[in-house]
Amino acid sequence: MKRIECLDAIYDDLKDCAVVTIMGAVAAELYSLGHRANFFYLEHAMGLASSIGLGVALSQPERRVVVIDGDGSVLMNLGGLTTLARYAPGNLTHLIFDNESLLSVGGFPTATATGSNLAAMARGAGIGTATMFDDVDGFVAATRAALGSDELHCLVAKVEAVGPAAFHMDLELLENRFEFARALRVDPRDGATLDHRTRDAKPMTDEPTLEPPDEEDAP
Amino acid sequence: MPVSQVNSKIIYGALKAADVRLVSALPETWLVHLIRMAHDDPDMTLVRLAKEEEGIGVSTGAHFAGLRSALLMQNHGFLQSINGLVSCALLYKIPLLMLISDRGHLGEPDPWQTEGGRYTRHLLDALRIVYSELSDAERVEHGIAQAMTLAQSSLSPVALLLTRDLMWETDS
Repeated sequence: MKRIECLDAIYDDLKDCAVVTIMGAVAAELYSLGHRANFFYLEHAMGLASSIGLGVALSQPERRVVVIDGDGSVLMNLGGLTTLARYAPGNLTHLIFDNESLLSVGGFPTATATGSNLAAMARGAGIGTATMFDDVDGFVAATRAALGSDELHCLVAKVEAVGPAAFHMDLELLENRFEFARALRVDPRDGATLDHRTRDAKPMTDEPTLEPPDEEDAP
Repeated sequence: MPVSQVNSKIIYGALKAADVRLVSALPETWLVHLIRMAHDDPDMTLVRLAKEEEGIGVSTGAHFAGLRSALLMQNHGFLQSINGLVSCALLYKIPLLMLISDRGHLGEPDPWQTEGGRYTRHLLDALRIVYSELSDAERVEHGIAQAMTLAQSSLSPVALLLTRDLMWETDS
């Protein structure tokens, strides 16, 4: 199966999620399907996409967060799997496209080409839901189930080592970074502006809490 | 334990006063009290890391999500985090407050800490990361508040070096 087929099939499901992707083919392919303000493409710092997703997920438990990772990046931050497992935010879904290759830099084989199993590693790290897929339908169904659940899922899709014809994205790194942060200021529950300094003090109801007027002011 | 509990409490209070709501950390001796305080505080999210570089990502995500955070680590953890600092925090202009225990500097008795201490300030300079030392308990709250203000206004990492004089209680 191809990564783009999987991305295309789940694209609509990502509409309201905070999505953090790795660099290279994954970013370019998701972008080619249609950029959204709630998509952040980490164009460097390999390995840290899942850590960024964890930071978002822990900071905004009410928001659904999806990390779209790759074998090369996950292999650079295997310890991060244990941190994900330790906190296991139920609003986080970790998708890993494993093409057994560092495709974006010439297709050199990664260790998953010689037997390393990322789903088994994730399970070993403590993410009990980690599963490997080699068919689009299975992967898409599992992704939808994960997005509807309140449990951390790690889904590994074995895909062909093919990518987009071009990696160009008409989006500056900082432009993407600022628009993503701005998109996360919108409360996913009601569209209100989130302000972390006051959000915990938000009243549970919309009822006004005006003081009664002083007696001398009363008509 | 001769790690100063009193001064750790002052540092923790200053982090709270600076509205830090998430702390990611990798334990080391000088940081044990701070990490315990974060763990015991129901209003603080503590992320225990496997490796310090993850903390750069966690703080980046927290910033995107509107939360102020701090990263607690030893200077060897800072050395470990360099790529994350450069290709995430600096590249993407992320405000990042780093509290770095200043091992291997004056008074360090452990031979294995001494090499890292030699490079910490030079590397911060090379990365153009603004830093300051916290040595005097009475200046801690002010120093942390100022570091957070600069991190937020410059959208950059700022480092505070927690020195032996602050963190370690001596008999003398």
